[in-house]
Amino acid sequence: MTATQRKPQKVWKTNNWVDLFLTAIRIGAMAFIGVGLLAFVLEQAGGEGLTGGAIRGLFVTGISQGAMYGLIALGYSMVYGVLGFINFAHGEVFMAGAMSGWITSTILFENGMWEGEAKFVLALLIVLVIAVIVSTLATILIERVAYRPLRESPRLIPLITSIGVSFFMQNAVLGLFGPASKTLPAPPPWMSAEYTFLRIEGTKILVLVIAAVSMAGLWVFVERTKTGKAMRAVAEDKEIAALMGIDVNRTIVTTFAVGGAMAGVAGVLWGLLFRGVSALTGFLPGIKAFTAAVIGGVGNLGGSMAGGLLLGLVESVAPLVILKPLGIPAVSQLKDAVAFAVLVLILLFKPTGLFGERLAAEDRA
Amino acid sequence: MSRSATDIDAKRSTYIGLIAGSTVVFMGLVGIGVGLNERMLIDPILSLGYLFVLTVPFVAGFVAANEVVLEGMEEPEKGSRDLLAGGIAGLAGGLVVGLFLVVLNRFDLSEWMPRWGDQLLDLFSFRQGVGLGIVISLVVGAVLGAFGGGIHVLKPEAKRLLTIVGVSVLTLAILEAVVDDFLGEIGLKSLARLLYASGGGLAFVPALIVVAIATALALGFKGKGTELKNQYDAMDEGEQKKYNTYMMFATIATAIILPIFLGKIVNELLANIGLFVLLALGLNIVVGRAGILDIGYVAFFAVGAYAMAVLTTPEAPWRLNDTFANTAFSWLPVLPWLVALPIVVVLTGFVGLLIGTPVIRMRGDYLAIVTLGFGEIIRLLFLSDWLSPTLGGSQGIRNIPGVDIGIAEVNGTDPRAVFWLVAVFVALAIYISHQLETSRIGRAWMAIREDEPVAEAMGINTVTTKLFAFVTGAVLASFSGAIFAAKVGSTFPNSFLLLVSIIILVVVIVGGMGNIPGVIVGAVVLIGILGGPKQPGLLAEFSEFKLLIYGALLVFMMLKRPEGLIPNAARTRELHLEEALQDAWLKGEKPGSDDDEAVATA
Amino acid sequence: MTLLDIKNVTISFGGLTAIDDLNFHVEEGEIVSVIGPNGAGKTTFFNLITGLASPDHGQINFEGESIIGLDPNEITARGIGRTFQNVRLFPQMTILENVMVAQHCRTSQKIWGPLFRTKAYKEEEALIRKNAEEVLGFFGPRLIGYRLHQPAFVLSYANRRRLEIARAMATQPRLLMLDEPVAGMNPMETAELTQLIGKLRSEWGFTIVIIEHDMRLVRDVSDRVVVLDHGVTIAQGSYDHVSTHPDVIEAYLGRSAGDK
Ligand SMILES: Nc1ncnc2c1ncn2[C@@H]1O[C@H](COP(=O)(O)OP(=O)(O)OP(=O)(O)O)[C@@H](O)[C@H]1O
Ligand SMILES: [Mg+2]
Repeated sequence: MTATQRKPQKVWKTNNWVDLFLTAIRIGAMAFIGVGLLAFVLEQAGGEGLTGGAIRGLFVTGISQGAMYGLIALGYSMVYGVLGFINFAHGEVFMAGAMSGWITSTILFENGMWEGEAKFVLALLIVLVIAVIVSTLATILIERVAYRPLRESPRLIPLITSIGVSFFMQNAVLGLFGPASKTLPAPPPWMSAEYTFLRIEGTKILVLVIAAVSMAGLWVFVERTKTGKAMRAVAEDKEIAALMGIDVNRTIVTTFAVGGAMAGVAGVLWGLLFRGVSALTGFLPGIKAFTAAVIGGVGNLGGSMAGGLLLGLVESVAPLVILKPLGIPAVSQLKDAVAFAVLVLILLFKPTGLFGERLAAEDRA
Repeated sequence: MSRSATDIDAKRSTYIGLIAGSTVVFMGLVGIGVGLNERMLIDPILSLGYLFVLTVPFVAGFVAANEVVLEGMEEPEKGSRDLLAGGIAGLAGGLVVGLFLVVLNRFDLSEWMPRWGDQLLDLFSFRQGVGLGIVISLVVGAVLGAFGGGIHVLKPEAKRLLTIVGVSVLTLAILEAVVDDFLGEIGLKSLARLLYASGGGLAFVPALIVVAIATALALGFKGKGTELKNQYDAMDEGEQKKYNTYMMFATIATAIILPIFLGKIVNELLANIGLFVLLALGLNIVVGRAGILDIGYVAFFAVGAYAMAVLTTPEAPWRLNDTFANTAFSWLPVLPWLVALPIVVVLTGFVGLLIGTPVIRMRGDYLAIVTLGFGEIIRLLFLSDWLSPTLGGSQGIRNIPGVDIGIAEVNGTDPRAVFWLVAVFVALAIYISHQLETSRIGRAWMAIREDEPVAEAMGINTVTTKLFAFVTGAVLASFSGAIFAAKVGSTFPNSFLLLVSIIILVVVIVGGMGNIPGVIVGAVVLIGILGGPKQPGLLAEFSEFKLLIYGALLVFMMLKRPEGLIPNAARTRELHLEEALQDAWLKGEKPGSDDDEAVATA
Repeated sequence: MTLLDIKNVTISFGGLTAIDDLNFHVEEGEIVSVIGPNGAGKTTFFNLITGLASPDHGQINFEGESIIGLDPNEITARGIGRTFQNVRLFPQMTILENVMVAQHCRTSQKIWGPLFRTKAYKEEEALIRKNAEEVLGFFGPRLIGYRLHQPAFVLSYANRRRLEIARAMATQPRLLMLDEPVAGMNPMETAELTQLIGKLRSEWGFTIVIIEHDMRLVRDVSDRVVVLDHGVTIAQGSYDHVSTHPDVIEAYLGRSAGDK
């Protein structure tokens, strides 16, 4: 390199083809969905599509599953909002709640509490409280052991750690309780009857009601209590929050705990709805709940809940409404693939979520 | 400030002990103790199960006595205090186990936990019943804890000796299958019979002999290692290069010759290790070099295997069914493996591009989850009825032919040949990784890993450079997948679960991200001992618990040694060079500091 | 010839307008200093030019062509090199690698060359290496010799700053932009760097824009000084002109002082 007056030498590169490729993928995805929908409409018009009852069934199933995704998503959302990393082990916290639900409900069943109306409601409350305690303790323990030492490290480090925690917990529960899927006792008959003009099953109504109550409780907690305000302050800026006299450490633990409690509730609901839980129960709902959080905008609690409902709906409806009309057989096998595809698509089209992210300045990127 | 011999932090020791005790109980309940008890290491005295359980109080004692000495504080003198601290920790641990024995005896939770029961009781009480068992666990805990603490009291030479002896005995015990096999093949079966007990495990007397030999060797070769290393460091660049070449040839020769003296089982193990080395090298480029956390890496392994299966299998589902796929592709002939390989590689590379392009601009953590999503999507598609006319659905593709190399067909029935085949590709992968890493592209990967926005501001096209890493990783995985298909002779969606990705990630992290030799050693040790997702390792008894251990290992590594167990030697050495060194050097070079000079001219 | 020409550029973050309708230009061969109180928008101004931030509106032309919307790496390739206020090296890479990697956009070896170590590849590597040692040698012996193969994080603060400048030089820019190059340096080191900045123009032919709080350096090196406050140019001209300008004094000392 001779010193004076060099003209920059040759330049190679252009990533325009990457952008073109991306656009092609976006258009392809839109076209695929569009054609599927069109085929569906034609099918319906031709009178060989889904009956009204079937569609209502899909909606109800979707919404009640989505409510659980939403509840789990809150935990992802809050932790990401405050610490800026994906707590991959959150699905396993949910699973811990579900497992505890299995144990307590079986014990209560054996003692004749799982029947009647008053008794059942009381039993359910006990199950819920214990699951919340178990999940909360699990998440606090995880935070203390695995995440707190990594507070200052680059965000991929706690993410990898949380993958390890998740893997560990899955296999620990597998070892502790055995690999067989656990069956919860059947709820009393009045629970499986159908109610209201929509003819929704009792368990599903229960799931929706409990989810709504939990969500409302969380909202009051975050918006109306001092601790909730502290949480929001810490999410905004940890250092300034500390200067304002907020105990950042405690607030972070509270955030984890509240998220864990919601996951515990979701765990019990999952058990009620599907009556089967195992060590692997947490994996798929965990990822889907994360998807829900992204759909709603990470850090945005209302968004997470809405994202959950939306994802539940899409996952239940899309295979039959988009894939089946395209002539794809056995679409129900692709339900999980649809959920993953939704994650990819939302990140391709609107990475900040439908309702906007609420993140600390340093985490926006 | 001097402290008396009993002045210790009893609270901390107790705390550590309680954690250790709970760990032991946890291990028992998960089944590690009982499950691993079948495997003897040293015939009547030590089983793998006990080794695991007993290591805990020992380590607890070691940790409890390992005081953090603050800078400027007088380092406390080593002595009985360490023993005491360790002992207390061990005792506390023993107490937890003792209490657990009572609970175990009193209540029956076997309805919930399958491991709850008499076997566990026998294990923890050394078959002596609850009463005596409690006493024993207290004593054993305290003694082992004290031993652990006592390590600090030992002189460095003694520590070294102890380590060498311990490691040699354990290695010989763990390598039982290999040694047995090797001795059998070279006609020394009788020696193997002497060495190992009939029920497995190093026999007691030979174990003592091994201890004696190891001690003798350790004392005899004291300091020789450092000497060699110093010699190597003293060589100039050319000589070092020559030396490295010799080492390389020696390694290659070993890789060629060793399998001849090894039997089926061990060669099978080596071949499996090789497949994972390939995968780990690929992921090492993606995660270790370019800093892209891809946890759906298994997808490329799967695509490689399936592509090979579809192209080379005469009875592939789509050749048999009368379907759309059949009519569209029926002109495609059945290809031999070697001809199909380039197609497989290009195809997998293309899939890498297809997956990589949308994700490469995402935030690192989102990218991780989305790659996971893609990995699962691909597996679910392989599993689906939709594509089953082409890919076989849950039935997979069977009867995949081996690799026809003219003189013979390499397939799963001859693991030795498979190993050689794998070894060729491992060599190729090492070559590719090394050449790329030390080139312009490799430097750009590193810069992106270190600070992506700055790398971009320094003129690096981060998007294409990262994509290139992603695709290179995919290509290396496709090698592994292609060999895997030919070796196993069938591909099923369930061979490509997420846990494969995670195990490879653990291997890369344990080996030290971005460090080729480290990653290879990591794969050999982890896959060799614990085993792969479906493949057993040397300690086949681990199969039930290996995933648990992989998970724990991942957490431990991130918390304690994110740079890997075998960090880059050159880098560590440099870590110890202080800035002061530079100033001294500058002063030596140029009398009068250059700062003075600057002032003079200012 | 006008190398860099900026017209009516504005950028705001939320409610805060960091750069407000700014006009700015640099002639070929000039050394221009940009000064202003903390938070005036100087670093943001650099980020706009180097593509790390994109303006809400306005024009940025380099060598007569608009560079708005180009990626930072494309802008670097066009010939704008920069350093960062908070020194951002690649800490785990060696000193040599730090400088070699900065020549990425001037080189072209992709797959074939490295894999087979072709002649072209070897020549290119040798050239990069030679260039690297040349820019490092610009700072005397302290970054070369045995230092070449040490990771950047072992360097002292002042040396990190020097290495960062070397790295920017290695991108072979026409316009070199230095963000507070002597922050944290002692007076002797500052004096030395002041000298070197002069050489960067006279010997290396760079056109230079410097952000600096150290007024001695600004006085000694600049042809022209531009004062920013709240994203607006409040004065520009020679150092003497600017340093006595009432608006500038007010901006630095605060309004209350001015009101009295
Ligand atoms: N990415 C961003 N998001 C939000 N605000 C920003 C961002 N970047 C800069 N700012 C704001 O713009 C203003 C100008 O910042 P800038 O860093 O350009 O100041 P500066 O003149 O370089 O100050 P200093 O002398 O302290 O380096 C500041 O108020 C800063 O907080
Ligand atoms: Mg600045």
